[in-house]
Amino acid sequence: MSDLIHLTIDGKAVTAAPGTLVINAAKQVGIEVPSFCYYDGLTLQAACRMCLVEVEKTPKLQVGCTLPVAEGMVVHTDSPQVHEARRGTLEFLLTNHPLDCPVCDKGGECELQDMTFRYGMGESRFLEQKQHVDEQQWSPVVFYDKPRCILCYRCVRICDEGMGVKALGVGNRGSVSIIEPNHFDHLECDECGMCIDICPVGALTSGTYRYKTRPWEMKHVGTICTHCADGCKTTLGVRNNEIIRGNNRDRSGINGEFLCIKGRYAADFVNSPERLQSPMIRRNGRLEPVSWSVALAAAASKLKDVKARNGQFAVIGSNHTSNEENYYLQKFARQVLGTNNIDHHRTGDIATLLDALSGKKEALATTADLYDCKAILVVSSDLSQQHPFLAFQIRANYRHHDAHVYTVTPGPVREQSIAVRSVISVPGSELADVESLRDQLGKEPELVILFGDAIKGDAIRELVAWGDSLGIPVKYVCLVDYSNSRGASDMGLSPDAGPGYRQVSTPGLAYDEILAATNLDVVWVVGANPLKHTSLAAQNAFVIVQDLFMTETASRADILFPAASAYEKHGTVTNVCGEVQRLKGGVQVMGAKPDLEIFGLLSKEMGVNLGMWSADKVLEEIRHNVHGYNIPLPILATGGAAQTAPVNGRVPVSSRPELIQSARDTLFTSGTLGRYCKKLNSTLEAPGALYSEPRP
Amino acid sequence: MLYNEPSPLEVKILTRRFGLANSESLDTYLATDGYKAFFKAMEMTPEQIIEEVKISALRGRGGAGFPAGMKWSFVPRTSPKPKYIIINADESEPGTCKDRLLMENDPHQLIEGILIAGRAVDSHKGYMYIRGEYRYLIEAMDRAIAEAYSRGYLGKNIQGTGFDFDLYTHSGAGAYECGEETALLDSIEGKRGVPRMKPPFPAVVGAWQAPTLINNVETFSAVPAIIRDGGAAFAALGPPKNGGTRLVCLSGHINKPGVYELPVGFNLLRMIYEVGGGMRNGKKLKAVVPGGSSCPILKAEECDISMDFDTLAKAKSMLGSGGTVILDEDTCMVKFAQRIMKFYAHESCGWCIPCREGTAWLKKMLDRFHSGAGLKSDIPMIGELSKNMLGRTFCPLGDAAAMPTIAIVEKFPADFEAHLNGKPCPYQHAAELAMA
Repeated sequence: MSDLIHLTIDGKAVTAAPGTLVINAAKQVGIEVPSFCYYDGLTLQAACRMCLVEVEKTPKLQVGCTLPVAEGMVVHTDSPQVHEARRGTLEFLLTNHPLDCPVCDKGGECELQDMTFRYGMGESRFLEQKQHVDEQQWSPVVFYDKPRCILCYRCVRICDEGMGVKALGVGNRGSVSIIEPNHFDHLECDECGMCIDICPVGALTSGTYRYKTRPWEMKHVGTICTHCADGCKTTLGVRNNEIIRGNNRDRSGINGEFLCIKGRYAADFVNSPERLQSPMIRRNGRLEPVSWSVALAAAASKLKDVKARNGQFAVIGSNHTSNEENYYLQKFARQVLGTNNIDHHRTGDIATLLDALSGKKEALATTADLYDCKAILVVSSDLSQQHPFLAFQIRANYRHHDAHVYTVTPGPVREQSIAVRSVISVPGSELADVESLRDQLGKEPELVILFGDAIKGDAIRELVAWGDSLGIPVKYVCLVDYSNSRGASDMGLSPDAGPGYRQVSTPGLAYDEILAATNLDVVWVVGANPLKHTSLAAQNAFVIVQDLFMTETASRADILFPAASAYEKHGTVTNVCGEVQRLKGGVQVMGAKPDLEIFGLLSKEMGVNLGMWSADKVLEEIRHNVHGYNIPLPILATGGAAQTAPVNGRVPVSSRPELIQSARDTLFTSGTLGRYCKKLNSTLEAPGALYSEPRP
Repeated sequence: MLYNEPSPLEVKILTRRFGLANSESLDTYLATDGYKAFFKAMEMTPEQIIEEVKISALRGRGGAGFPAGMKWSFVPRTSPKPKYIIINADESEPGTCKDRLLMENDPHQLIEGILIAGRAVDSHKGYMYIRGEYRYLIEAMDRAIAEAYSRGYLGKNIQGTGFDFDLYTHSGAGAYECGEETALLDSIEGKRGVPRMKPPFPAVVGAWQAPTLINNVETFSAVPAIIRDGGAAFAALGPPKNGGTRLVCLSGHINKPGVYELPVGFNLLRMIYEVGGGMRNGKKLKAVVPGGSSCPILKAEECDISMDFDTLAKAKSMLGSGGTVILDEDTCMVKFAQRIMKFYAHESCGWCIPCREGTAWLKKMLDRFHSGAGLKSDIPMIGELSKNMLGRTFCPLGDAAAMPTIAIVEKFPADFEAHLNGKPCPYQHAAELAMA
């Protein structure tokens, strides 16, 4: 443990750990040292020269973003020399930078604007001809305007180091230097948009946000992305009840500034003209729009009838609905309908993992662990496609801490470029391949193992036993696919387990059994599309569906309720690592109601009291009743992530590994929601498949 | 063989073989004390070799003039990593044309110097970074290297001493910035020729993250003489701390332009009048660029000066790379400033804002100024903008562009004022006359 360093910045005493950069030490005492090319997490450059500060006893101005603190150092960031240097550098920068502010998307959130107002001159002395090159469009979502580019190279670094895609480079030299895309005049990449949001000026702009609005005209709503299970915070920019963009430039949430194409661009399904906006009832074989009161009354009446004659119910829940909704739904099914025929499309065998970890403490990894742990083993998942944030964390861990990465996958994955060892496995040989890494893994001080749906059922128990045999601390992540797959499992949308994996007295029908049972009277499907490729065996069953779009299942419905998406409601979701975060509704789509509200209204119609159907109230109940969910509210309320406590005990599991099936979504697909995302579909990159060879 | 008539005032140590028939051949080299220093060095310890170079007061001949012996001592000999030697043959400083002659006329002297350096820093691999424009020299160097290999003066167990050394040439691709040692390292590693942060210094973390010794062609070429005849003899040729001779590239408006090997500390006026044959066409001396365009210019009245590193530094200029350009009274200093700024703007690597934008702005401004569209306020602004680059850039290229520009504006304000108000360049007419 090394001693802290003491230095003085602008007369203020500062204490910092050895190795701290002067720019960050200054931040500790609220002093801003301006910079463009310095970006926390990326390699140091000292290229822009904005951060020059005066250090006593050195003749030249020093670079604040690369200078580590030294004992007794005296720094001046406010001296006339420093002010002159900043003014001079900004003046140089503004010689070729066009005065595009009135038409530039970045206006209002532009770092160059901010710097110029704070440190620059009011007028330019430049009388010569500015260099001009026309703007280029590199992809449906990325535009590049060379005259605005200040050549800070943040985009090149985030794409190369941060994402591992390396789609951007620098061409030419001197003042005609230019950022170049990997395919001469266009980009073929993940289309994540990291480059656009990291750009301090309007050189890189979003093709979907262009010319639409100014940042101060939007309402900014921080919520959780509704696509994969990583649980990234996305800040939706909403204007006139329309989601114009999503980004996370304020670096809040577990994901810092990371977002993939879905978190940034795949919100337009919300305002799709194909959204269901009215309840519907099947009359004479056709679905007809009706009012809410009619639909609710009809549904309640049917449920009451079937209940009265002891009929058979089945409920298929969702991977997308909030914890509150899942909890309420299973309560409805178990307490009101008296059935355990509840399930959802399981994308990962969470229950078996929790059972296998019974008795262990700290065996579940968080997203922070992925950044800190010294060794990571990825089994059967193409993280860059299926869990892009986890891939980003692991890559950052490798870059900053030299983490050892190992992969066992059925095909090439991007993590191979940073892996110590990579094994290509054939289906069934995964555990044997993992065993082949025993020598190297056994030498690691600790390990996190992430595994996809190829490891399920007994294979999970074998994996955990194998982890034990290494004799080092091992943590696990059971990879699941949708924004609340973990919550669906934790909240008891299972035939044999209640919320918190409480045992149920008589296990009910599982997912496949529900579809195959012929004697069902009512099938209630919430936010799922089980009938995409199959039909219900129970041809006479009365089907109630809650969804956003007219999916295959919705078209089979007898009563159809239009549901709201995660971007339109409050609640909580649990990510793949068990971290609970708060949803915040940003828009309202006319006609649609949150699923929770639909459950509540139905219960009211049926005359049963399941408790108030507000997300806050249900969360209270969850915190008291669901094992592991007694999470601190202040963390949630401030937009943080609260880790659920693992069950740490036996979990009732009727092992049905054949039901575990990954969604196999790539960066450009996202189940039903993805189908209605015009932007996502317009950027579909080849190959757009899992485990494909790196693009040339 | 591009080489001028030698001057009787020269002290020909590095250039002693210039003008001999087949001076570039190994046989000629061996017949004229070649490799004696190498065998002597093999009997010395690395520390003794470095000490001898320190005594010689040899300072880097590439431009910066850093004491060579001290630089060699920075390389951690005991590091488990391989040590590399890089020979900087990028010779791009405007006015400099000496390394090309050394490579063309006496390549084996250079190779011997490299081998001795290899012994001193425990390096067994050397790479010559030769500017791409010197296409024919790369071939000539390759021939000399092949000759050395075939006769056992490179490769394994050189001449039975047990010392191994491999030497390769590497072509640059037209970038002045790649003469800067860290940009050279990036270039030789296959990346864009952009400089690196220092510290760490190349001696410790250089090519491929390994300890690296980088020196100029002339610096290495001086080493055999130092080891063979002793460092003290070399040091004695020049003033204290400025030892030996250097190849001066006299060019400009003189009667006998050429490359002359003169002791460090030779008087500049004597160089012009006694070695260079005096001013051409009987014109008066106006200014001298002492060591390449990056060095602040000297007015005629400042030219009675000893050409050594320390004296020129005191005179707020630099000895630089030896590119001594002599300008007569018919030279337009504005055009001169414009021409060198055009060079720096073109060569700026673009990494840092002050140099990239500053040189571009100054070039445009000087173009406009020389064409007659200049404003009075431009004159102080040229100095101000240059000062905004000075000391603020990532590498010395910014300083190299700023310092001479500041000096020209400060020392020749009359030339600048003569271009105001749309007046045509007063020297245009004279230049045309001179051409006729």
